[in-house]
Amino acid sequence: MASIDTTAQVGDGQRNFIARLWYDKETRSIILQIITLALLIAFIAYITMNAIANLKLLGKTFSFDFLNEPAHYDINQTLIEYSSTSSHFRAMIVGILNTLLVAVCGVILATILGFIFGVLRLSPNWLVSRIVYCFVEFTRNTPVLLQILLVHGIVVHLMPQPRVAQESANISNSVFFTNRGVFAPMPVPEAGFNIVIGAFIAAIVFAVVFAKWAKAKQDATGQHLPVFWICTGAIIGLPVLLYLVLGMPLAWDMPELRGFNFQGGFVIRPEFLALWLALAFYTSAFIAEIVRAGILAVSKGQWEAASALGLPRGRTLNLVIIPQAMRVIVPPLTSQYLNLTKNSSLAIAIGYMDIVATIGGISLMQTGKEMETMIIVILFYLCVSLLISAFMNWYNRRIKLVER
Amino acid sequence: MTDTATTQRYEPGKHPELPPPNLASGPIYWVKVNLLSSWYNIFLTFVGVWFLWTILPPLLNWSLFDAVFEAADRAGCQALGDGACWAFIGERYKIFIYGFYPEPERWRVNLAFVLLFVALGPLLFDKFPYRGKAMLFSLAYPFIAAWLLLGGFGLTPVGTDQFGGTLLNIIVGVTGIAFSLPIGILLALGRASDMPAVRIVCVSFIEFIRGVPLITLLFVASTMLSYFLPPGTSFDLLLRVLIMVTLFSSGYMAEVIRGGLQAIPRGQYEAADSMGLKYWQSMRLIVLPQALKISIPGIVNTFIGLFKDTTLVIIIGLLDILGMGRASLADSKWAGLSNEVYISIAVFFFLFCFAMSRYSLYLESKLQTGHKT
Repeated sequence: MASIDTTAQVGDGQRNFIARLWYDKETRSIILQIITLALLIAFIAYITMNAIANLKLLGKTFSFDFLNEPAHYDINQTLIEYSSTSSHFRAMIVGILNTLLVAVCGVILATILGFIFGVLRLSPNWLVSRIVYCFVEFTRNTPVLLQILLVHGIVVHLMPQPRVAQESANISNSVFFTNRGVFAPMPVPEAGFNIVIGAFIAAIVFAVVFAKWAKAKQDATGQHLPVFWICTGAIIGLPVLLYLVLGMPLAWDMPELRGFNFQGGFVIRPEFLALWLALAFYTSAFIAEIVRAGILAVSKGQWEAASALGLPRGRTLNLVIIPQAMRVIVPPLTSQYLNLTKNSSLAIAIGYMDIVATIGGISLMQTGKEMETMIIVILFYLCVSLLISAFMNWYNRRIKLVER
Repeated sequence: MTDTATTQRYEPGKHPELPPPNLASGPIYWVKVNLLSSWYNIFLTFVGVWFLWTILPPLLNWSLFDAVFEAADRAGCQALGDGACWAFIGERYKIFIYGFYPEPERWRVNLAFVLLFVALGPLLFDKFPYRGKAMLFSLAYPFIAAWLLLGGFGLTPVGTDQFGGTLLNIIVGVTGIAFSLPIGILLALGRASDMPAVRIVCVSFIEFIRGVPLITLLFVASTMLSYFLPPGTSFDLLLRVLIMVTLFSSGYMAEVIRGGLQAIPRGQYEAADSMGLKYWQSMRLIVLPQALKISIPGIVNTFIGLFKDTTLVIIIGLLDILGMGRASLADSKWAGLSNEVYISIAVFFFLFCFAMSRYSLYLESKLQTGHKT
């Protein structure tokens, strides 16, 4: 230092040294990183110490033992066995399953509706494309919580009471739309039904193998087989045929009106119905815009090139347009799926018992374990988000353009 | 068609001007091309007309023709017509807008709302007169609005627990929008940084925010946040919510801006470096203006999402417009009017959000400096 700057005084030299460190790009970057980390660690230490002090002050401990204690509350929709004597842990599992159920059902319905709306939005028909435009704009520009409440209000207020629903004619008198939910017959398998299920699985295996074989054959000889029709026929036809041959080994548990409500059968609760429909319609509006953008992103030349090769319209879509549009569609579609899953946490507003309502709601109130329950809820959503992103990244890589 | 054109002969240059063929323009042509061009198209038109025919008449009857606009209670509504009972909204609209803000002080809310538009003007439109000086007012606006709404310094103080209705939505929305953009820009720059420690901190923050639903963060704000503060301190619930909403939307904002940053060609960074610009200079003068321009649609979408998400505060017990609406449903005089309430709230949000999305389209077309492809 001093040998370079001999005329400078000692104090100046020191300042110069620091100034030089600061103006050296790499040293500065290291200094900045050390400062960042130090601040972060200090912040974490500060809030941890506060948390420990606060917990001590309130006489609480940080432990997850409460999960084994009985929950003492009921849940109206459970996919696994659950009663009010079950533990908080079981209530959490019920909540997780309910969240996943509404998320999966919502994603499926939203994707189907979104693709239909997206294609209709691009339709040459002015009237249809305007109707879809109005729907999409209105849905996208109003809060999803409001839509959930609105749909719930409609289901609860406008659908008839069970007694009225029984009197008015319904689909062959077996499906009842009431304000207590939708009641439908529940299939009860009898002896021999396993064969039908086995046939169904076998047909799926056959379809996969056949599709691979057909592709290999087409690659080798150029001969094209009607893969779609054969596979669909096998998957649907074979089980149906066996089912009829075996004499329909399936009993139906019919819903029956007892007292003020239906008993038995398969029931979709109004909370689930409202949440499912509202989330699916809300997300479908966003997916429609994504699909529209994706299809518009494929240039017109691709259509013309395909028709110059003599491909019919259906196969142009299947082989040329959709694969290219999917590349544009998939990344934003992933974030819509994530949004739907996260929005399902609004279930708490209408009393659908998802994870936020069970462990983050009632369990939190009962045990006073704010920190533990919130950590569970947050970790659950983080895991789901990471899993969905990982899956969609894998899919995205698979369909990515292979550049030479 | 007559064949006069083939039989009649004219001198060169004497041919009379004929009208264009009948069916190459005009409404009939339009209908033919847009509604009836093929069998499939005719089918779609048919479905569309059928859909409108089933939906529109009952909807219009319910909302307009059979609706009741003035009545004393629900029974009065039902006596006058079997449509919507807008009288309810007419009676309650003040509480929907102002919440429990004290009646004699409501002019302050109105003034703050009007000044909001005055402050937004120079920010939104570059042809605003005296834009430079008006910007100073925009910068000062948050403080003026806070003073007007909270009181003190000569005005009667009003507690934040009395805020409610649309007032609350607009406070949460505007604060979130104003603060999430700068924080989002910093996070996006941090994520694109060369320094691993800074990058990791930013990435984990952004991914955490984007991975959890807003209502869990609001729950954290309402139940858990006091654990992390020194014992004995507690601060206003509204302020906690504002902080959480700002952090939440800045995570999304960061991702939108990162997309814009990635779209800037490398040459721009290198050119800025070769000009001898320092990091912040090159960001401020070269990179960010271009990156932000690209990300405008995403930024506005985040704003719209944020404004819609302000309704979630009802989950933790703040009474925004939706909360006021739900609370007023409990009135036994007006029982069972949820559709009217929810639909009028939906219209409120639609007007705001649709205006924002139109503005983003306007801005996009204005900033389109390149050639249209």
